Amino acid sequence: MRTQTEIGSLLDWVEEMRVRVREIVREWDDQEGNLIMMLHAVQNEFGYISRGVAGVLAKETGINMARIYEVITFYHYFRLTPPGSHSVQVCMGTACYLKGAQKLYDELAQQLQLMEAAGGRQGDVQLETVRCIGCCGMAPAVVVDSETHGRLCPGDILQFLKRKQEARHGS
Amino acid sequence: MGPKPLALQDLEAYWTKEAGPQKWIRVCMDTGGIAAGARQVHQALIDARDDWMLDIHIRQTGSLGLSYADPVVVVGDASGVTGILGNMDPESARELMRLLGNGGRALLEDRMIVPHVRGRSFSGPPQTMILVKDTNAPHPEDRTRFFQELIREELQVHGLADQVGVYRAMDMGLYQKGICMQLLPSRVTYSNVSGPDVRRIIHESLGEGQVLEEMLESGEDPQERIVLRHCGHIDPDELDDYLCAGGYRGLKRALLDMTPEEVIGELKTSGLRGRGGAGFPTWLKWRNTREPLAERKIVICNADEGDPGAFMDRSVLEGDPHAVLEGLMIAAYAIGADKGFFYIRAEYPLAIQRVQRALDQSRAAGLLGPNILGSDFSFDAQVRLGAGAFVCGEETALIASIEGRRGSPEPRPPYPSVKGLFGKPTAINNVETLAAVSVILDRGGEWYAGFGTEKSRGTKVFAVTGKVRNPQLVEVAMGTPIRNVIEMCGGAGEGRRIKAVQTGGPSGGVIPRGKMDTPVTYEGLRELGSIMGSGGMLVMDERDSMVDVAKFYLGFCVDESCGKCAPCRIGGFQMLKLLEKIHAGNGKREDLDTIRDICHCMRSASLCGLGQMAPNPVLSTLRYFEDEYLDLVDAGGQAKRGAR
Repeated sequence: MRTQTEIGSLLDWVEEMRVRVREIVREWDDQEGNLIMMLHAVQNEFGYISRGVAGVLAKETGINMARIYEVITFYHYFRLTPPGSHSVQVCMGTACYLKGAQKLYDELAQQLQLMEAAGGRQGDVQLETVRCIGCCGMAPAVVVDSETHGRLCPGDILQFLKRKQEARHGS
Repeated sequence: MGPKPLALQDLEAYWTKEAGPQKWIRVCMDTGGIAAGARQVHQALIDARDDWMLDIHIRQTGSLGLSYADPVVVVGDASGVTGILGNMDPESARELMRLLGNGGRALLEDRMIVPHVRGRSFSGPPQTMILVKDTNAPHPEDRTRFFQELIREELQVHGLADQVGVYRAMDMGLYQKGICMQLLPSRVTYSNVSGPDVRRIIHESLGEGQVLEEMLESGEDPQERIVLRHCGHIDPDELDDYLCAGGYRGLKRALLDMTPEEVIGELKTSGLRGRGGAGFPTWLKWRNTREPLAERKIVICNADEGDPGAFMDRSVLEGDPHAVLEGLMIAAYAIGADKGFFYIRAEYPLAIQRVQRALDQSRAAGLLGPNILGSDFSFDAQVRLGAGAFVCGEETALIASIEGRRGSPEPRPPYPSVKGLFGKPTAINNVETLAAVSVILDRGGEWYAGFGTEKSRGTKVFAVTGKVRNPQLVEVAMGTPIRNVIEMCGGAGEGRRIKAVQTGGPSGGVIPRGKMDTPVTYEGLRELGSIMGSGGMLVMDERDSMVDVAKFYLGFCVDESCGKCAPCRIGGFQMLKLLEKIHAGNGKREDLDTIRDICHCMRSASLCGLGQMAPNPVLSTLRYFEDEYLDLVDAGGQAKRGAR
């Protein structure tokens, strides 16, 4: 059971969310073909596009839910589930692939599983692949929390994550 | 930039402004440079300068294209660039500042990238520096150090040790030429220097000013930097910088001195063809969009560089956004459009930021908006983001995406030039095309047509990556043999042999080693079963499996297929299954025939370029490397029989 305060803060959050979505819609209202730009803004704001937020967007714009879902499920960039608190994106462009990106990804996946098994919180680190990020000169390239790094091995990335987590929990 | 709009005379003042006497340092801060630590280098330079209160101008710039050497720093003064340094870090940045502060040259061991400009004689002051490098190996190693010591000892014998410094270079633009030496400031360069040669060089060249012809390297810069003209030289965040480099002169000429028809004529003279891959003549696209009668027309810059392994467009947008905007404005004037869009991949946040800034600056300066430069031409543009769909590089899918729909291609005709974005006639041009347009209007179509071949005029930027010694961007005149492009980047890395080069990404094909002398032209590459594509050039060496590469590209296309038409959706998937089967060693010889059939079907029946071109990597690897497929099939068969 949730306490009343918890429900209260949840309702506040929903109200804040509505206000924010309304602002985004107002910003783009007079532009033709604005849906994708609004979805980008929504994802930037909330980290992903939840069903609830999509519903508010549908109501505010008059675009029906089916069409919004048609768009967000078509494009790789839009997320339908909440992201982890850290993200690791391994570039799978051709240059990175040739320089061992797949192996890097597999090793990372294994290491992260071990970390979780050893008591790390689930979903803390989100490992994904990404289409070419255009840093082919630095292959294999990896984006850790929107910072791009090049010529890395799995050990470097794990250490980097560990430092970040420590910094966060320490503060 | 003040809030006041710029008048014509303000622009002219910029164009004729001369560079100040100040020394400067530029840090290449594109996505690649920043990833390698360019921000820290930039900050270390600023801190060191402020600590020692030096009068040296430090600023950011786009990429010179030297990705292998990131972070890269360019040093210069009023006379131009005096040094390029690679693999920088905060400590060496501080050291650099110390050298410059003491009035020295930018000489840092193992970091100097020597430009291709080489001298032929000793007309200048006496020699003061020698750069040395073993060009057979990519990394600094014993042989370079050995020669450095040898030269020093020899200088000692001649009593010159105090006057002449000897430094190890990082890269001399020469490869597989043994020990190379360059004498500064004359830039006379010798290659394949042996131990006994050192004595001669010091005695005859340094002592008597003689050029030793048999060792002299006098090659010229193999690159023609037209699209990349400002990348690595100007600050992409400053309109002032672009104007001082002659920016918006092409726009001024188009708006004030030419009719739209004359602009199209100038493009026709230039022979420019679309740099996005297909090579459709730009002037024809513009004429076709100009012709239909419509209330409104639209121009789009296609910056959805989805081709994995290519980063030309990112580098141009991050290094010189105003040049692309200027090109877009010229296109708008030529076809009669008043509205423009930049469609940029969401995966390129820095490019988006820099283009957005360029738009804001131009608007504030009156270069965007009503009655630009006092003419009747009014225009504005905005940024629209992609969302990670390769198919959106296809023009009808791109239009659907800007309209806020899923990126499904539509059958053509009607072509976008008749019925495009929001139903209006629309011209869609690639980033590189537009960056070339602005300079063509400035310097003339005939000047541009002077580069390249009869049918493929001008230059092309290539992103050379993969198993190459120095992955980088190069811009060469069309018609340059593929071999030369690869050699400019040092050839295969780690002393291995190149097996093939892949061009055109998932829509292109492989070019085997035996065909490396093919000139890069639209037609030449098509004959080999590949395409020019947007300009990715992926080098593969002996260790890379061609079947694996074909599987990689096909997997990409299957993943990116929008699913609208059956040949692409089903054909691609089934073919991928077969390739996986063969790769795993379970294939049969008949499977190769089935693959060929599916390829044929996809090619002729798919709705858009993605499906029609998706078989290219498979077909071209089958064409040149069928052995590898057969080996896998036969080896698999034998293993099975053995198990039985």
